[in-house]
Amino acid sequence: MSILVDKGTRLVVQGVTGKEGTFHALACREYGTKVVAGVTPGKGGIVHERIPVFDTVAEAVAKEGANTSLIFVPPGFAADAILEAADAGIRVIVCITEGIPTLDMVKASRALQGRAVRLIGPNCPGIISPGKAKVGIMPGQIHKPGRVGVVSRSGTLTYEAVGQLTARGIGQSTCVGIGGDPIIGTTFVDALRLFQADPETDAILMIGEIGGTAEEDAAAFVKVHVTKPVVGFICGQTAPPGRRMGHAGAIISGGTGTAAEKMAAMKKAGITVVKSPAEMGEAVASLLPSAPARRRAAKGAARAAAKPKARAKTKASAKKAKRR
Amino acid sequence: MKIHEYQAKVILTEFGVPVPRGRVATTAAAAAAIAQELGGTVVVKAQIHAGGRGKGGGVKLARSPQEAEQVASQILGMMLRTHQTGPEGQKVKQVLVEEGMDIRQELYLGIVIDRKAGLPVIMASSAGGMEIEEVARTRPEAIVKTHVDPATGVTGFHTRKLGYGLGLKGDLLKGGSDFIGKLYRAFWVKDCSLAEINPLVLTGDGRLLALDAKMNFDDNALSRHPEIQALRDLDEESPLEVEASKFNLNYIKLDGNVGCMVNGAGLAMSTMDIIKLAGGEPANFLDVGGGASAEQIENAFRILISDRNVRAVFINIFGGILRCDRLAEGVIKAVKTLGVRLPIVIRMEGTNVELGQRMLRQSGLNFITAQGMKDGAEKAVRAARSA
Repeated sequence: MSILVDKGTRLVVQGVTGKEGTFHALACREYGTKVVAGVTPGKGGIVHERIPVFDTVAEAVAKEGANTSLIFVPPGFAADAILEAADAGIRVIVCITEGIPTLDMVKASRALQGRAVRLIGPNCPGIISPGKAKVGIMPGQIHKPGRVGVVSRSGTLTYEAVGQLTARGIGQSTCVGIGGDPIIGTTFVDALRLFQADPETDAILMIGEIGGTAEEDAAAFVKVHVTKPVVGFICGQTAPPGRRMGHAGAIISGGTGTAAEKMAAMKKAGITVVKSPAEMGEAVASLLPSAPARRRAAKGAARAAAKPKARAKTKASAKKAKRR
Repeated sequence: MKIHEYQAKVILTEFGVPVPRGRVATTAAAAAAIAQELGGTVVVKAQIHAGGRGKGGGVKLARSPQEAEQVASQILGMMLRTHQTGPEGQKVKQVLVEEGMDIRQELYLGIVIDRKAGLPVIMASSAGGMEIEEVARTRPEAIVKTHVDPATGVTGFHTRKLGYGLGLKGDLLKGGSDFIGKLYRAFWVKDCSLAEINPLVLTGDGRLLALDAKMNFDDNALSRHPEIQALRDLDEESPLEVEASKFNLNYIKLDGNVGCMVNGAGLAMSTMDIIKLAGGEPANFLDVGGGASAEQIENAFRILISDRNVRAVFINIFGGILRCDRLAEGVIKAVKTLGVRLPIVIRMEGTNVELGQRMLRQSGLNFITAQGMKDGAEKAVRAARSA
């Protein structure tokens, strides 16, 4: 999906001089993303790990042409950082921060409405278009360029899904982590709309969880607007009601927001719903064209991996083995 | 975070929201004294976080201070069971002794965050006293809603719309509007996730009062509300969960015997799900978070093994930043330090997996490695069964 994150991404990392900011700015750069600037108010003028640091996002935009922002600012200040990025003309803002007070996000998301900016998150792992750019904290090496779009509320559960896809030789066009908070900048519906319009995406995997009605809204959208095959998984099928399961948004209250309701709504909309988290990759594989060929390839790869490594006696026989 | 009714009423009073006269008591004698002070008929109400107290026998009228003392002595110390407590119930340590009200009508007023709209929404209904979900299901037209834009805050036309929706007129409409505005202010200033007045009563002599008050607070905002943090009642939380929160571990105790330790809430929930699919019962939800340092792992183990029901442990870690050799090191150290005897199934994914698995194999301890979540869950369930 070239719309959100791709080779044209020029990234500014807000909170770059902090521990998290530094680690991930370097990881994104190593992946191939153009990290053009960092912002830490008060530290403008220094160069941190070969990244020029500015006091404000506006300067990063003016002097380095930043168009995308990755935010690692503590929860008490993160909503402000989002607003600053939007005000500076950043087009895509990815906010990793967990723990932002909900009412701060009520204000921030209201302020962003009507502006030409897309916020992803907060409390999300970010976005990656494998082979093009990474704007987030996900492990780049488990991803593979391809044509399946992944959208998820979770972090590590997304990596689990991506791992399953990659192991089957199925690559990803873009993986969007929309985050686990109750109020977020990009919903399932937003991501599905983008994937449906993306010529580089053939199928979509959506990973939801208990709490709220986002998956039901997504199902209604898929029914009318999405023609590409969609696989869905909801985690928290066994979660007890009334308890917050980690994510601020994952609370079942008053009987709504249960996994069962979401799975039913998704099924009704024609989404292929899997019950087990171990079967996400398999379900996507079975929906793609040339599924049988892909399965044969995956079986072959598994068999080869299980064989003890053949010892090459000479360079020639090693070359022969390679060619086979 | 949840608080008791009497604490919510103190907050409401701060914001000028009318509540019945009353005070909290921890002994029957104190209850009698308050009843004496209030005069007339009083209501003695058990103070627990769960709803349904009336039906559970935790709310009783008393026509004299003597009766108040008697009733309070029955309620104090009881294990109050309601449809929201769970089978064991919750021990009652405090009662709220309040003046009895002459109730002409019961209304409903509540404020929550509408996630889809990204805005607070105020709901009002003349069908008060019932479960609002019941009303929403059977008579949705009886609920009036209005969203509040943070740019304006709550203003006149919002409160009038709600007031008219409640059937209020004239002076009562003014009083109702005022009440709603003040409740909203409390919700906004205190970073609530819920503020519910059910019932909001209209008395015989034409006053509007919050007969019950439920206020929940955004956990993410607690750091800027030390005065709300001070209201926390640890007795309402499971001791293991209280312990876990000290270490910033996200832990929720369940009823099963397969303990799990996972990094990431979504993966942790899925791990519970797949344990069930494998025919087992998860003992807990435990998210060790992105860091998962050796110290965190040891703390997590300590919490897990404190649950006597746990027969086997399933560690499911998908590392990104987290290195599997570091994880293995942490797990080995924790098991040795704590003397853990339980079978431990480990599934690791991410950087340095082979190194991590080798370290576990060479540790001499009872680790079972797994390939994938399904394998891990099945092995853990089998181990718990045969333990």
